[in-house]
Amino acid sequence: MSILEYNGAAIIAMTGKECVAIASDTRLGAQAQTVSCDFRKVFKIDDKLFVGLAGLATDVTTLENTLKFRRSLYELREERSMTPKVFSNVLSNLLYEKRFGPYFIEPIVAGLDDTNKPFLSGMDLIGAPVYTDDFVVSGTATANMYGMCETLYQKDMEPEELFETISQALLASVDRDALSGWGAEVHIITKEGVTSRQLKGRMD
Amino acid sequence: MDTVFGVEYDGGVILAADQANARSILIYQSNLDKITHLSSHSAMGVSGPNADLVNFTEYIAKNLALYELSNDGLKLSTHAQAHFARGELATALRKGPYQVNVLLGGYDISSSKASLYTIDYLAAMTKVHYGCQGYASNFCLSIMDRDWKEGLTKDQAIAIVEKCIKELQVRFLISQPNFIIKCIDKEGVNVIKYGADPADN
Repeated sequence: MSILEYNGAAIIAMTGKECVAIASDTRLGAQAQTVSCDFRKVFKIDDKLFVGLAGLATDVTTLENTLKFRRSLYELREERSMTPKVFSNVLSNLLYEKRFGPYFIEPIVAGLDDTNKPFLSGMDLIGAPVYTDDFVVSGTATANMYGMCETLYQKDMEPEELFETISQALLASVDRDALSGWGAEVHIITKEGVTSRQLKGRMD
Repeated sequence: MDTVFGVEYDGGVILAADQANARSILIYQSNLDKITHLSSHSAMGVSGPNADLVNFTEYIAKNLALYELSNDGLKLSTHAQAHFARGELATALRKGPYQVNVLLGGYDISSSKASLYTIDYLAAMTKVHYGCQGYASNFCLSIMDRDWKEGLTKDQAIAIVEKCIKELQVRFLISQPNFIIKCIDKEGVNVIKYGADPADN
């Protein structure tokens, strides 16, 4: 079994009309056994910048701490907030630095830039980025998530509709994957602020 | 091979571990205490090779003691201790890893709350209400899932642990006759019972 599939994860991020949504499951497993149902994989870096980390749980925590540190250091030195594009680049660089002994993480960056334009990026474990304007997925159920997102996604959805769409896409995907699920949380980021909700899904 | 249990209750945490020190087919010792005291109100139940067990627990415990000495007696919360332990495990992971699986339990006097953290050998940590390390998890996690609820008393928590021990003695291939059970509450870390006295030389 691949080391990226040891703990299990499923993360989706989608764009809407002047908003982005990022959602993840909350399972922490050790291969087939479930250890916890409230393991956070999506972290707030700034008011309008979130990062989702799918992969080995120890590296999720390590990177969460490293990224929050790097962002704080940037803000102290530059005296301005990090834009999502810059953050994505920092993360990409961080991952490639460990090219021959990588962090086993495939992250997703979701945020709104200074003009409140939605930003999405996804990366592999050595930092190769992909920038899209519709959705990015990562984790152990990517095949399921790609299918769901491609079917349900529409351009320029309002926050409420975006919440419904991303939630249904995530729930349907993790229900067919043994390693992800066991709880889910969704964050909707708009220029007014962030709304975070827990989803009630199958706990198996 | 080692078994470690942890169960949180209202006002404390119960930690239990088997007492065998074994490698391959040989049992070196049957009265080992695998639950090391970290501070006055916290302890770590550890499973893994004895070398890593001793090295890691002593390293963490002494560093926590140093913190208290350097900071005028300031006590670290269980949350801080757990995150420190995880950080050390994570740093060591890509240099010289410790093969230890840990259940860290503690009682915070300031908030009058107990907490339990499970950390695996890869340094994946999460806060839990109950946990098992080792093969025991295959047998006992579901017992704990069924029996644990909010607001347990100390005796109810001990009953859950004893139920798990009985289950292992019936169904687990490896015989583990001796278990040491400790309780962490406002009175500190105290032994409730043991199969064999760790102090026996």
